[in-house]
Amino acid sequence: MGNVPSAVKHCLSYQQLLREHLWIGDSVAGALDPAQETPQLSGLPEYVKIVEVGPRDGLQNEKVIVPTDIKIEFINQLSQTGLSVIEVTSFVSSRWVPQVAAGATEISVFGAASESFSKKNINCSIEESMQKFEEVVKSARHMNIPVRGYVSCALGCPYEGTIIPQKVTEVSKRLYGMGCYEISLGDTIGVGTPGSMKRMLESVMKEIPPSALAVHCHDTYGQALANILTALQMGINVVDSAVSGLGGCPYAKGASGNVATEDLIYMLNGLGLNTGVNLYKVMEAGDFICKAVNKTTNSKVAQASFNA
Amino acid sequence: MATMRNALPRRLVGLASLRAVSTSSLGTFPKRVKIVEVGARDGLQNEKNIVSTSTKIKLIDMLSEAGLPVIEATSFVSPKWVPQMADNAEVLKGIQKFPGINYPVLTPNIKGFQAAIAAGAKEVTVFGAASELFTKKNTNCSIEESLQRSDEILKAARAADIPVRGYVSCVLGCPYEGKISPAKVAEVTKKMYSMGCYEISLGDTIGVGTPGVMKDMLSAVMHEVPVAALAVHCHDTYGQALANTLMALQMGVSVVDSSVAGLGGCPYAQGASGNLATEDLVYMLSGLGIHTGVNLQKLLEAGTFICQALNRKTSSKVAQATCKL
Repeated sequence: MGNVPSAVKHCLSYQQLLREHLWIGDSVAGALDPAQETPQLSGLPEYVKIVEVGPRDGLQNEKVIVPTDIKIEFINQLSQTGLSVIEVTSFVSSRWVPQVAAGATEISVFGAASESFSKKNINCSIEESMQKFEEVVKSARHMNIPVRGYVSCALGCPYEGTIIPQKVTEVSKRLYGMGCYEISLGDTIGVGTPGSMKRMLESVMKEIPPSALAVHCHDTYGQALANILTALQMGINVVDSAVSGLGGCPYAKGASGNVATEDLIYMLNGLGLNTGVNLYKVMEAGDFICKAVNKTTNSKVAQASFNA
Repeated sequence: MATMRNALPRRLVGLASLRAVSTSSLGTFPKRVKIVEVGARDGLQNEKNIVSTSTKIKLIDMLSEAGLPVIEATSFVSPKWVPQMADNAEVLKGIQKFPGINYPVLTPNIKGFQAAIAAGAKEVTVFGAASELFTKKNTNCSIEESLQRSDEILKAARAADIPVRGYVSCVLGCPYEGKISPAKVAEVTKKMYSMGCYEISLGDTIGVGTPGVMKDMLSAVMHEVPVAALAVHCHDTYGQALANTLMALQMGVSVVDSSVAGLGGCPYAQGASGNLATEDLVYMLSGLGIHTGVNLQKLLEAGTFICQALNRKTSSKVAQATCKL
């Protein structure tokens, strides 16, 4: 394979290929055209819900603090993409009531499958945190506010190392049992690989139906999409991601964090799965926020497309 | 050598038949994966900065120390086209040849083959493509003509007892033709295999593929060529390489090409990344309990070394996460 002339970059077919693969110009609904022969992997869910955590998990872990008006514009742009869930909430504390008063329509609680992580992160044991969450969830449900549960360190802990699947199941079951409508299983430090993802999900799915589960994979070791593919193959159809892969990893300086929404959508589109999200609009929102926080995108799709 | 099967009819029977081809269940992976390290050739060839001969030699020696079983050392394509590989003979002569490690070199034609043998090559690679336009633009001839060139090399190689590995480019998409049919990939692969290539590496040259198209392409190819003779060469231009590789492993492929530090950009998308990073691949395989024989720590050191020499940041996420530079 020798070098090729730079004229290739501008050849029409390549632009056309990009359009085909990036679904540029498609309707926001993203409905598949039955006339198109998009190969569909059997055994995968038909529809995947993407939970966009960029404005929360992403920006929270960026060095630069983003002014409010930029944040609002960013979220507005994301709202135009077809994303059905955009997380803008921050950590829940016992003082969650003001957040509800401020108009929050959904609340998240953050548990962990690791005692050490729980102590270091929220200053209490797993058991103590569960008791606090019970109160929160009970009150929230009284007010008809849905609660999403997160379980951190589902595939490994920066302090404890390996986390056994049974522990993840135990914590997830608690959160689900107290009334969380969905449990997002987070590979907080991105150490998971398809094998550990599969073993963990097999354990959790014995107690919780897959429709109530989501995966939140970090790309710190480049494993996120492979892990997500594994989760999809196991029947999971809710995936968290962050536009432009915003948010570094606080446990590995200089390392990346969240999986990029653009790269996730690219894979899901290629798999013929419906997401309802317009990839090109997501890329525009990503371009906007990266310029605003003065950083290069972590999305490979964005890197390849904006320079093509 | 495997028995030849009847050719698939030209027209695809239908996607349903492809999906029906046996697919490994989720948990079935090969116990061992052979990693073919292409950083010193495919990687360096596509880097802007050219490194010295001694740097190349040191890199390859470090990769050998890391335990990679196959390290593509250089290319005997004319320096007019690939100036980065102009020192091919010196590199091949200068590297330490570890026992048990193969050091194939790329040879585009019989002249390159002869130069490679004269420089001490014990294995060569030839390349083809599943796209007529790509072949035309890249090597200035048709697929048929390019296969004839490869055949010439294969005959000479057989006479000299030199094993030959084949590459097929554009297996999941072409920068000129767009979509590439799995049947075309199967046709070219089958030809190269029957001409005598012991292994064919299927390359997603522009990294546009996703796991579904990878599966469909492999299903078609596996109708014609035994999976043990197949390898995948995924580019990470759209971040899909590891997921595509995972799918290939689930289909039974047990040979994967990758490049230390993810060296080598993509000539078709300026600023985009190219090869899958070997470190990230090893990380996944290790997590899956698959034996590779590679020492990740030593591999990381090789990656750090070459990135410093090239004055660039690594494209490997594992390296970014573990190196405190």
